[in-house]
Order: sequence, then C-alpha cells, then structure tokens
Amino acid sequence: MLLSSLIFVPLIGMIVVMLIPKDKFSTIRWTSTIFSMIPMFTSFWITWDYFFNYSGSAAMAYVEGPFKWIPSLNVHYFLGVDGISVPLLFLTGLLSTISIVASFGINKRVKEYFAFFLLLEASMMGVFVSLDFFLFYVFWEIMLVPMYFLIGIWGGPRKEYAAIKFFLYTLFGSIFMLVSILIVYFTSQPHTLNILTLIKQGSALPYTLQMVCFIFFFISFGVKVPIWPLHTWLPDAHVEAPTAVSVILAGVLLKMGTYAMLRISWPMFPKALHSLSFWIAVIGVIAIIYGALVSMAQKDLKKLVAYSSVSHMGYCMVALAAYTSATAITGCMFQMVSHGLITGALFLLVGVLYDRAHTREIAVFGGLSSKLPVYSGIMLLFSMAALGLPGMSGFVSEFMIFIGSFGVLNKVLVSIAVLGVVLGATYMLRMVQKVFLGEFNLERWGGLTDINLREIITVAPLAVLVIAIGVYPKPLADLMSATIQHFITLVVR
Amino acid sequence: MSEYLFLVPLFPLIGFLINGLLLGRLPRSMIAFIACVSVGLSFILSLFLFFGLKAMPPEIRIVEQVLFNWIIAGSFHANIGFMLDPLSAVMIMVVSGVGFLIHIYSIGYMRGDTGYGRYFAYLNLFMFSMLILVLADNFLFMFVGWEGVGLCSYLLIGFWFEKKSASDAGKKAFITNRVGDFGFLLGMFIIFWQVGSLNFTEVMASAPQVFVSGGVLITVTCLLLFFGATGKSAQIPLYVWLPDAMEGPTPVSALIHAATMVTAGVYMIVRTNVLFIMAPDALMVVAIIGVVTAFYAATIGLAQNDIKRVLAYSTISQLGYMFLACGVAAFSAGIFHLMTHAFFKALLFMCAGSVIHAMSGQQDMRYMGGLKKYLPITFLSMLMATFAISGIPGFSGFFSKDEILWKSFSSPFGNYILWAVGFITAGLTAFYMFRLIYLTFYGKERMDEKTKAHIHESPKSMTVPLIILAILSVIGGWVGLPHLFGFTNNFEHWLEPVMRKTNQIIAARRINEAVGETGIEWGLMIATVALVLISIYFAYLIYNKRTELATSLREKFSSVHKLLLNKYYIDEFYGAIVIRPLIYFSLFLWKVIDVAVIDGFINGMASSYDDVSGTLRTMQTGRVRTYATIFLAGVVIIIAYMVFY
Repeated sequence: MLLSSLIFVPLIGMIVVMLIPKDKFSTIRWTSTIFSMIPMFTSFWITWDYFFNYSGSAAMAYVEGPFKWIPSLNVHYFLGVDGISVPLLFLTGLLSTISIVASFGINKRVKEYFAFFLLLEASMMGVFVSLDFFLFYVFWEIMLVPMYFLIGIWGGPRKEYAAIKFFLYTLFGSIFMLVSILIVYFTSQPHTLNILTLIKQGSALPYTLQMVCFIFFFISFGVKVPIWPLHTWLPDAHVEAPTAVSVILAGVLLKMGTYAMLRISWPMFPKALHSLSFWIAVIGVIAIIYGALVSMAQKDLKKLVAYSSVSHMGYCMVALAAYTSATAITGCMFQMVSHGLITGALFLLVGVLYDRAHTREIAVFGGLSSKLPVYSGIMLLFSMAALGLPGMSGFVSEFMIFIGSFGVLNKVLVSIAVLGVVLGATYMLRMVQKVFLGEFNLERWGGLTDINLREIITVAPLAVLVIAIGVYPKPLADLMSATIQHFITLVVR
Repeated sequence: MSEYLFLVPLFPLIGFLINGLLLGRLPRSMIAFIACVSVGLSFILSLFLFFGLKAMPPEIRIVEQVLFNWIIAGSFHANIGFMLDPLSAVMIMVVSGVGFLIHIYSIGYMRGDTGYGRYFAYLNLFMFSMLILVLADNFLFMFVGWEGVGLCSYLLIGFWFEKKSASDAGKKAFITNRVGDFGFLLGMFIIFWQVGSLNFTEVMASAPQVFVSGGVLITVTCLLLFFGATGKSAQIPLYVWLPDAMEGPTPVSALIHAATMVTAGVYMIVRTNVLFIMAPDALMVVAIIGVVTAFYAATIGLAQNDIKRVLAYSTISQLGYMFLACGVAAFSAGIFHLMTHAFFKALLFMCAGSVIHAMSGQQDMRYMGGLKKYLPITFLSMLMATFAISGIPGFSGFFSKDEILWKSFSSPFGNYILWAVGFITAGLTAFYMFRLIYLTFYGKERMDEKTKAHIHESPKSMTVPLIILAILSVIGGWVGLPHLFGFTNNFEHWLEPVMRKTNQIIAARRINEAVGETGIEWGLMIATVALVLISIYFAYLIYNKRTELATSLREKFSSVHKLLLNKYYIDEFYGAIVIRPLIYFSLFLWKVIDVAVIDGFINGMASSYDDVSGTLRTMQTGRVRTYATIFLAGVVIIIAYMVFY
C-alpha cells in the first residue's frame, strides 16, 4: 500500500485540485502542497524504514503484487523498491514539494498548473517503483503529457518550440523502448513482462539480440539522461520551462534515464554491456568535457546550469561504464542524488533572480554580493557544491566515480574525465564573478530585494542535505550497498 | 593525547561558524576576539601536543585519531582521521603560531573595513582547512584541506570584490590551483589503484613492495603529485596566480600567500618522501623546477616597483629553494626553510602592510623613500627579516638556505649545477631585498604632501606581532645549527623518524661518494656569504648612494628591464595559447556543433517530415474524381504488371 500511495495520493490530489473553483488561487496552492507533502513524508518514512530494516539485503522491499491487470498480455501491477530506487523516491518526494512551494508565484491558469504538477509527481513515482515493464512504460509515457503542457503553457517566449522538441525527442526514444520491450516479451519463456524475471532470463538471449535490445534501450533511456549527442532538447526545455519545472526536469527526470539503465538494461543484457562499455565511457567523457565547455560559452544563466547538467550526467555515464566497480556505481547513485539537489537548488536560485530582474543574461549583472548578501552567499555555496568542493555532496560522488572507474576503465579516458574538475571550476567561477562580484549597478538594480523567507525555505533543505551527504555520506552508501553488490553480480554474468 | 587532535582544527571551525553564520552582526571587538581566541587555543594545544610528542621515545612518535569512516563505497574507504608525527607537529605550530600573530595584526589592519566579520570568518575557515591539511592521516582528507585552503584563498584574494582586478585574481588563483589538482587527483588514483589504500601510514609501508623503485609507474605518480604541488606552491609552470594574489588584504598575503598555504606543496612532498625517494627521475625534475623557479622569480623580483609584488616573486623564489631541497632528498632542510621562511616572509609582508597602511594605500615604491624615521619599529623589523632572507650569518634564513645549498651540492641526488644556480639566486635575493629596503626607507621622500602628512607608525596590535616575528626571524634558525659549527642539527634530528626510510636509501647511496668534506662545506658557505655581501653593496650603491646609476642602468639595459618588468610576458603567453583558444573552442562547440550541426540535423529532419507530409497532403484533395482517376491508374498498372510478367 505504501508504494501505491506514492502514486495515487498525488493523483487524488490532482482530482481534488480540479474540483476547486479556478479563481481560488490560495486554496489550490495549499491543497497541492498538502497532497505533495503526503507522498514526501511517505518517501521519507520509506527511506528511514528501508535503511534500518531492509538495506541489509538486495531483495525488493514493500512489494505489491504481482496482481493481474491485463491477463491476455500478462501485464501485472507489480511494485517494489530496493537500494537504488529508495534514494530516488526520496529525491522525488522532496523536490516535488519544494517545486510546488516554489510555484506559488504562478498566476496564470493556476488550477491546471498544479493539477499537471501532481500528475507529473505521480508518474515519476510510478517509474521508480514499477517492476512490470508495461507499467513502467505507461508511467514513463504519462510523464510526457504534464511536462509538455507545463513547458508549453507556462513557459518562456519559445515555449512551443521547446515543448514540442522535448516531446518528440522523448517519443523518439520511447519507440525504441517499445520495440525492445516487445522483443524481450516475445523471446521470454513463458512470455512475461516482469522485470525481475526478465533480468534473470535476459542474459541467456543470443548475443545479437542482446546488442539490439541494449542499444535500443540505451537510446531511449539516453535521451532522458541526456547522453551526448541526444542532449539538445535539454537547454531549450530548461530555458523555456518555468522554474519549478526546471527543478523537476533536472532533479528527477534526468535520473529516470540513468535509473532505468541500472534497473533494466544493464543487468538484463550483460553480454552487450561487456562489448559496449568502452564506448559508453567515451560518450560519458565527451559529455563531461563538451557540456563543461559549452557551459563556459553561455550568456544565459539558466542555460549555463542546463549545460552543466549535461556535464554532470556525463560522470554518471562514466560510472555506469565502470559497472564492475561497486565504488563507481555507488558514485553514480551519489551523483544522481547530489546533482538533483545541487542543480535543483541552482535552478531555484536562478528563478529567484529572474523573478526580480526579469532577465537571466549574465552580462547585465555584477556586484550582487553587496546588495543581496544572503542570496549571493547561498548561490556561492551551491556553485562551490557544483564545482565539486570537498565537504559537499558533489565531491563525494565525483571522487567515488573517478577512483572506482580508474581501476577498471581505460586510464587515459578517466584522466580526460578528471579534466572536467578543472573546467567545472572555470564555468562556475566565471558565472560567480560576472553576476556577484565586481561593481554593482545601483541605477539599474538598486530596487532588487534579497531572497525572501519562502524562497529560503525552498533551498534550505537542499543545502542541508548537500552538506550532510558531503560530510557524512556513510548512511546513504550503506542504504544502497547490498543492492549494488547484487547489481554487480548480475552485470558480470 | 590522541583524543585531542581533532580539537586543533575544530577551534577555528567554531570561530568560523560563529562569525560566518551571524554575518558580522556582532560588535567588532567581539568578532576579533572570537577569531583570535579560536586560533590562539589551537596554538596552545599545538604546543602541548608538541611537548607530548617530544616526551615519547623517537621510534614511536606517531599519534593517530580516527573520528569516523568518511567515504565507504565498494572496495574504497577513507577516514576522517588525524595523524600527529614530528612533521605535522612542526607544521601545526608554525601554522597556528604565525596564524595567531596575523590574526592579531589584522585587528588593527582591517579596522576601517566594512567586511570585518566576513574577513575574520574567512580567516578562521582558512586556519581550519590548513590545519586539516597538515594533520590529515590520508591523501583524501588532506585533499579536503587542500581544496579548503584554495577556497579561502579565492575568497580572500577577492575580498574587495568590487574591484575587477581582485575578483579576476581570485578566479585565476582558484582555476590555476584546480589545474594542479588534476595532477594531485590522478596521483591519488594511481596510488589507490596500486596500493588499495590512501592512508599515509599504509601507503608508505607498502609502497616499497608495490612499486618498482625507479619504475615508470612510481615516477609518473610522483610527477603527478608534484604537478599538484606546483599549483598550490606557485612553481613553474603554475606560479602565475601568486603575484596577482597580492590583490587581497596584506595580512592575507602574509598568512596564506607567504607563510602557510603556499608551502602546502612542499609539505605534501615531504609527507610522501618515501614515494619520491623511490623515483630518482621525479626527484630530479623537482630539483630542476625548484631551482629554475627560484632563479627565474628572483630575476623578475629585481624589476618590480610594487612592494608587495617584489615580495610575491620573492616568495615564489624561496619556495623554489624548498623544492630544490626536496629534489635533492634533503627533505628536512626543505621543512627547515619552510619554517624560517614562514617567520621572515610573514614578517616582510606584515611590514609591507604597515608601510602601505602608513602610506594611505600606496604600494608603489617609486613614491616612497625615507620612511625610516617615520616608522622605526616597522623599519627595524623589516630589516631583521631582510637580513634573514638574504642569509646574513646568524639570522634564521642563513642556516636554512645554507643547508639547502650545501645539500644541493653534496647530496647523492644533487650536483654542482644545481648548487651554482641556487648560489647565484642567493645573490639576486640579497640584491632585490636591499633594493626594496633602500627604495622604501632611505633616500628622498618621494610621496606627495597629503600622503606625507598622514604617515604614522602602526598601532600596537600591528607592531607587537612584528616584534615577535622579528625575534623569531633572528633566532628561529638556531634550532637547526649545522654540524659544521660543531652542533648537532636538532631540527633534522627531530624530523628523523619521518625520514627514516629515505635516510637509509641515501646512506646506501653515499658509500662511494667522496663529497661531504668539511673543507668544501666551509668554502661554499664563505663564497655564498661573500656574494650576498657584494650584492648588498651593489644595491646600496645603485639605490642609495648613486641613484642616477639606477636610471642609467635601466636605460642601458632597457629591453632586459622591460622583459623583467613585464614578467617575461608569461601571462600574455598563457592567454594566447591556452585561455583564448579554449574560449573560442567553447564557442565553436556551442554555436557550431550544438546549434548548427546537432540541432540543425534534428530541425532539418523535422522540417523534412513537414515537407514530405505537406506534399503528401496535397494528394488528399477530397475530390472523388481525382481519387477515381488515381484508383483507375493503379488498377491499370497492376493489370499491366500481371499481363506482361
């Protein structure tokens, strides 16, 4: 029931919100907040309970089903979580509520906005708890609908272009996923869509078939990550999307790609993985360097953060290529969580500035530190986190990835990836300097006000978690270690 | 004793948290009190730890404390752990001691600044990071301190962030250090990959079994670590950030960019001396880079007009000496010079700060002169420091520098060329330092009237630290009196447990070497002292007695002067071959690859679908007659096909 509630409470919330008269803004906002807080606290409880009671073994916890859903197709309602999905549930619960609170400034078609947001939350939760392929696919696709409208209606000047681009890109990927699902379904004996069973059988598939399915899944999951060169939807979507949607996009949606690789395609097709791991690492390294360099050239604050996501998710790909190293895979999970927290916060903070200045152009600012000390201080903290300063979560994850993959991957390749550390500092510090240091333009920006309490409340939990994970990462590592050990045994088959 | 180790960095952390989180809302005296006391407590504790360690028998002088498991993932694990041994004991005393004096000095120096609370918060954060750096028991935790001091350096260089030059300098420092970190990280990865641990004790114990002495892997590892050190310790090729770092407040230059942080690279190499001694080729590189940097920076120092820049290049040069010492496997001489340098260079900067304070912010020595009578305490302190850095016998710098020069000649890893370059550099050092003294304190008063009316000796909070450091600059070297004078070198003896393995290897190498005769040692020492005295005489001649000589020399060698004044155009060179290409490349990737190629392809695909579907759409005219015609045509074609084939 616990896992189902994560999906259905936001769905009920959506229906309730739709029943509220559309001009009762405040009622709508608070109702949505409450309906997102319930799954948030549920996800916190699950994390807590899982840590103390289930994290010792790799078995699925809180399993529901499999219940027959569409018997003719062997489709089941089947949910369960383990050490790699629990942290992401936590992240989804937290970021959803934060995003909803951060959306209180939305004044246009408020009712639809929050209804879509709750639908989005339900579908994201669904992706992370589904253990049936059909169910997984349904949630994966449903997610597109609210996202499309959230960008397309509440977005910036080029919102239609961005929304359609996002939609088509993902749909393009989904087709590959559908084909692959059909292949594994019809080659399984007896036909099944149970992901766990398929993982057990999948390694027995002939090599060519494994390669085809693996590559198809890789493309469809890769669009979400996004892997280079399938990433160009990301900057457009981020720039046009409203702040809260960017937070969800960067914080949760991108992780669905890497999560699906860990959950599905990696353990299901180990032979294909063996042959392709070098190229996966290459793609990851390109993303790291390319994303960082392109970030460096950006003139728009939000686009800079968006491209930095490409770079940061590249670290995850490098880690995934080093699949035999538990250190690297742990680093990958850490990077997913850490990137969600840090980049989520950066988008929130960019939104704070945009709400006041109505522009995100880096060059027009300068010297904000003197006028907005609290805002600048928080932004500096997260910039340092983003460039991987020790003591914060980004360092822990990057370090795990590097030291884990150095032992198993091509040394030169990993060394190039480490250059990302240098480039990361370059683009973040360039941004900090241009926006926060230097002379303050009193005439133009004299009216700016510092960050307010509601905004501080939205980023404060993220800051606390970023530092907590950076200083004491052990609980998070313990939570997932059994699952990751099990994962390694599956992928080295 | 071990249970108190973590308190050493904890005190400044508490100071940082109080001043940092309250955003400087406390009264100023309170801010300063918290900041100074927290560092003072660390210093007192360091002294206790030192004497505690001294009371133990030399063989077991190593105390460890593990606070908790920090990162555990798969086969990797690293602790938050501290290690006190003779080396780190020296370091924590120097760091917290000099740091404490500079905190006191800052009370007066920063008195009028609006960012008082922020300043002391950063300074305490720096002390915390630096103490972690020297107390860490493993590479990774050391790296935490390493990055932490880098952050504080960034924040404090750019402390007056409204000034573009200051924020530029901060950014440059951070990024240049990150370039070095690239080496440090890779070095760490190789060590973990080979040894399976990052703990210093474990790595040093198993390195001789794991690595082939003189092999490629250990050489590469050491070179990578050294590359990291060149970033932090401002050596060729990554020294470029340090001169610009002078944009920060002067006490910061004294603390971070002279006495403590920049010596972290030297400390790191000495900490890993067991690895370096196994890689003679890497040692050779360290020695060469060290001595070349020492010489090169000294030549630039000859021509600078900004008082702080002279000292900055002098710091780079002196750090070069320390690396020279490391490179010839005279690790304890390197640490000895690190310590004496911390005293006299911190003092030089603080005196320079006192001068700048008196001169209402003027840093250009061309507008100073004759300050001796206005600033007697500053003058005398600075003179002591200058004697020390120049290597006047009896002063602290003499002993440490002489030991380095002697080792660079006599060590099995040294040779006469290294010695010769170091020897010439000693002359240059004395020359540019006395040039500074003469330009600043002697001769005509070249400042304008307004500034002149304002000149005053600094307040007590500034002069008392000067006096204490002046005393240390004089006597600080006496802990390491050379064998030559008939003493035992206490300092070397104290560090012996850290260097045990290294000393064994050196002793094994030395068997057949004839060098080490006292006659040669005396000869070289006298030669150095003579050169220093001659250099001082020339400085006196050119910059005091016959100042017209300076002008004519400058004109005669104008191209050389211009080259030196512009620091060999290295910044311009880096700009042209690294920075600008990188910027253009990033623009190319964005505008061409991302927007034109990838997006162009995707949008092109979308619009070609559009075209195709647009064309196809015209066939759906809705007119039945057209459909019937096409239908008929189809039927005809099919029938024709069936008939003819």
